[in-house]
Amino acid sequence: MDDENDIGVVKRFLYVNRRAPHGSIYALESLETVLIGAAFDQDVSVLFVDDGVFQLKKDQQPDALGMKNFSKTFRALEMYDVEKIYVEDESLSERGLSVDDLLIDVESLPRNKIGALMDAQDVVLSF
Amino acid sequence: MATLNIVNKSPFEKHTLSQCLSRAAPGGAILLIEDAVCAVIKGGAYAEQLVTGQQKVYVLEPDLAARGFADAALPDSINRVDYNGFVDLVTQYDLVHSWF
Repeated sequence: MDDENDIGVVKRFLYVNRRAPHGSIYALESLETVLIGAAFDQDVSVLFVDDGVFQLKKDQQPDALGMKNFSKTFRALEMYDVEKIYVEDESLSERGLSVDDLLIDVESLPRNKIGALMDAQDVVLSF
Repeated sequence: MATLNIVNKSPFEKHTLSQCLSRAAPGGAILLIEDAVCAVIKGGAYAEQLVTGQQKVYVLEPDLAARGFADAALPDSINRVDYNGFVDLVTQYDLVHSWF
């Protein structure tokens, strides 16, 4: 690299989260990968659909399971300039949730817009 | 003989809860643990299906709390149990069957 401001190739990355937290390792692994993408100054978007919306639920207390409460880390995404965070409306309503139940501000999208969001990316990573 | 049926997967991801509900005998119980606790949230697509009156329904409290539902409203007939309550249920029923 001949210039310390040269950040190289920037691609549009979409991280698709479809699983609930704490029952498997997917949610935590995804969050760490999002932070890596952000650290490399990539154009990061994060999408929560299906059970993935549970990852953003307020008031998670996984201590009794011996699991780390990584949900607080979602609040740090803004500091990493990860500001494009999407949640599917239908996934929330099917689960009895609304955006008020979530621990960060998100942009909610209807199901019929998800495909277009994916098509707008260079890379889509599934968790 | 009465059976305790244990379900551990989210009904939005796997069909094990429906598979259990369609087969579980009356007089038994259903215990929801791990990601299956997502089924009990009032207003969700599965909460009402659980309340059939055919089986008692229990949900594991630490798994609810982990997912941010410690204080969530549940349908009246769904009972919360802690780990000791889990053990009590296992001893109380003749059979235990896990649907995974």
